[in-house]
Amino acid sequence: MPTGDQAMREFASGLPVPEFAETAFTPPPALAEATVAIVTSAAIHPEHEEAFAAGDTSFRVIESAERGLKLGHWSPNFDRSGFAADLNVVYPIDRLEEMRAEGAIGAVAPRHISFAGNQPDDVSTLRLDSGPAAAELLKSDGVDVVLLTPV
Amino acid sequence: MSTLAHVFEAAGLATVTISSTRPVAEKMHPPRVLHGEFPLGRPLGKPSDPAFQRDVLNRAFALLAEPSGPVLVDHPEVIEADEVAMSCAIPPRFDPDLPPAVDEARGLRKAYDRALAARGATSVGRVHDADAIPAALELFGKIAEGEAWNEVGLEGGNPMPIVHDVRAYYEEAGLELVNGPPPGGRASETWFYEETEAGKTIMAARRAMKAAEAPFPVWFYMAPGHRN
Repeated sequence: MPTGDQAMREFASGLPVPEFAETAFTPPPALAEATVAIVTSAAIHPEHEEAFAAGDTSFRVIESAERGLKLGHWSPNFDRSGFAADLNVVYPIDRLEEMRAEGAIGAVAPRHISFAGNQPDDVSTLRLDSGPAAAELLKSDGVDVVLLTPV
Repeated sequence: MSTLAHVFEAAGLATVTISSTRPVAEKMHPPRVLHGEFPLGRPLGKPSDPAFQRDVLNRAFALLAEPSGPVLVDHPEVIEADEVAMSCAIPPRFDPDLPPAVDEARGLRKAYDRALAARGATSVGRVHDADAIPAALELFGKIAEGEAWNEVGLEGGNPMPIVHDVRAYYEEAGLELVNGPPPGGRASETWFYEETEAGKTIMAARRAMKAAEAPFPVWFYMAPGHRN
């Protein structure tokens, strides 16, 4: 029997993926001058924010100082104990703060974003609606660089 | 994540993607990818290991210096998930008149409360709070014994989010009872589904629901897909 991770990686590798004819490429500023945000697909959210529904295509906003986060992912097919022990293994906000204090990055964005990883296969809402809306929100905060972390 | 990378870059944001499934990143070719062959659910590799997490970030952000993309590099360390159950004491039987899973869940309450106090947050609460976990397990026990899953009185009618609450309650309590560094990926999952009365009860309910021809998604997602 394959292990849980082997089974999931094999399954995910066979799923249809959206096609992008080209790879858009935005040159970043120097990292030491960049404002960095985290966007994760872990479906984490602050207690006071609405929970993710099954198949949810929307996103939640996480204020940079927030640490009391719930894991709202609907998939049972991944490890949850890592996040329960240390949210930085999914959402490395404390590491970014350390990098800012050392001058390795310019600033930590005031707001970060969480989506749910289990999206409908065509991800059309993500491409055409909630994804661009998230980009605009981040740009309005002066974000230059986005770190994407998957769950 | 790769889809968002394309969307964000087109909107004028530079992105670095940590990948967990390499073939997907290869097919979707976002501009900058660091692939981490780490346990799923742990994209930074190791919980409670700031130095390792920082190494992952340093390697990811280094890709921003590339003059063009797409570029995909691998983190040099592979971390396999740990399929062996974490070593965690399970409360001894206290009230023999209660179903074993109900008795067990009650016995874990103090550990859960300590975990909540220490962390300040819990992933329990999609349907039930901690107070309702023992009663939810009593209903799963009835399903396992043959009662109809859609007639036992599951709150909201969908067992999947209730299983999420039970599992989160157990894993958060269990981590509080483990000494030393956090267990490997999936070690707490294995502990929950194979060693606790709650997990065994949920798996028995899942098998009963499958045998009773409950809709596939209703029973299947009560446990990770590779479990029978």
